Amino acid sequence: MSQKVLLSAKEIHIILHRLACQLLENHLDFSNTVLIGIQPRGIFLAERLTQILNEDYGIKNIKLGSLDITFYRDDFRRGDKTLEANATKIDFIVEDKKVVLIDDVLYTGRSIRAALTAIQSFGRPLEIELLTLIDRRFSRHLPIQPNYRGRQVDAINNEKVKVMWEENDGEDAVYLVRI
Amino acid sequence: MSELSVNHLLGIKYLNKKDIELIFETADHFKEVINRSIKKVPTLRDITIANIFFENSTRTKLSFELAEKRLSADVINFSASQSSVKKGETLIDTVNNILSMKVDMVVMRHPNPGAGIFLSKHVKASIVNAGDGAHEHPTQALLDSYSIREKLGDVGGKNVVIVGDILHSRVALSNIFALKLQGANVKVCGPKTLIPKYIDTLGVEVETNLNKALEWCDVANMLRVQNERMDISYFPTTREYTQQFGVNKDILDKLDKEIVIMHPGPINRGVEITSDVADSGQSIILDQVENGVAIRMAVIYLLASKIK
Repeated sequence: MSQKVLLSAKEIHIILHRLACQLLENHLDFSNTVLIGIQPRGIFLAERLTQILNEDYGIKNIKLGSLDITFYRDDFRRGDKTLEANATKIDFIVEDKKVVLIDDVLYTGRSIRAALTAIQSFGRPLEIELLTLIDRRFSRHLPIQPNYRGRQVDAINNEKVKVMWEENDGEDAVYLVRI
Repeated sequence: MSELSVNHLLGIKYLNKKDIELIFETADHFKEVINRSIKKVPTLRDITIANIFFENSTRTKLSFELAEKRLSADVINFSASQSSVKKGETLIDTVNNILSMKVDMVVMRHPNPGAGIFLSKHVKASIVNAGDGAHEHPTQALLDSYSIREKLGDVGGKNVVIVGDILHSRVALSNIFALKLQGANVKVCGPKTLIPKYIDTLGVEVETNLNKALEWCDVANMLRVQNERMDISYFPTTREYTQQFGVNKDILDKLDKEIVIMHPGPINRGVEITSDVADSGQSIILDQVENGVAIRMAVIYLLASKIK
């Protein structure tokens, strides 16, 4: 197993600020917008962006939720292991809101497909956008593209993109791992 | 990533502590799901489940059926009273006929102890025991412990008394296994005639004085007197039973702490508990019913994920 650094902490820092600004450009005061981090790994990115928007751009009271997609996945019983669920926490109304789904890596698009179905259980959003830190090109199984992307990456199938967060993994970094 | 250690839910006896924790954690997520505006998830859309009930049931059958439908499984129902069992078909034949219609999981209630275990050895499907005679009723014990955990934070270290007809109760046996596994202290209380002779081998104490039992406990699980399983008289009259083992508001008010009252249903109001107790703030009877759906969703989800 070998790994190569795709993004350093400094690059991640710059990208997060750019993504926050792009969100700001489209949603201004976030009065009708909600951010939803996809469990388990999307929540770190969602929390970081919320923090930047709050501290650096003065947007208070951003509605931030977390969405677990386990029960909506299309690979139930198709792997060896039981799919373990995580907590969903959406304590606001999604109906008629602009929803921004946030995940760390966009690969086949299947997780996002599941998230699009899952979010319907909470109501009918006005529109749904997608933000991902890493967009793996040429690997989509479904016609899904991000509205906001941190970095586009070309990775082949036996490579894995690993996103690390300071608060969970001890450092901010993105690695390309060859298995 | 963890999974259940078993492929069938035949009894609590066959589970370990980790299994119970996994079921509870999964049930937490399903409880959140069933409180959404859209209470359904598509997980089990390619699974078919047969509910086979050889004995009457309202709550358990509805609860299982609802759990299955909330998971998007296809459901077929079968009651022995309207079936070919009356014409002399054996259990294995009945079930195999149902399974040849491509059924993946069987939820069965049967009057004979061990019916589920027997079936699991002879048919190719995941079996969930929904009560087998006076033996076990695992999902009830799981939802009881889950309700205690929800109300008191933890099951371990709590004092639980099971009051009533222990002898004929599958709920009692499954509860004893589940509570002991999680580290709770368990006593049983009831007329001596309704307490099994070797109950102490399960590590539970017998207390024949209701007041002493209630003084000791954090939770009292009140069982129904199962008249339908009694071929002889176990106590003189229902009135006498109620006087000695029935819980009413006066008894509860005299205790120096507020204990939690549970009942697996159906309640015989005025026999084992009075209406004012059943409907009081101390009673978590309706929470048990709500939790029953979440627990059964968790059990079915975890078992179904092991079907290949």
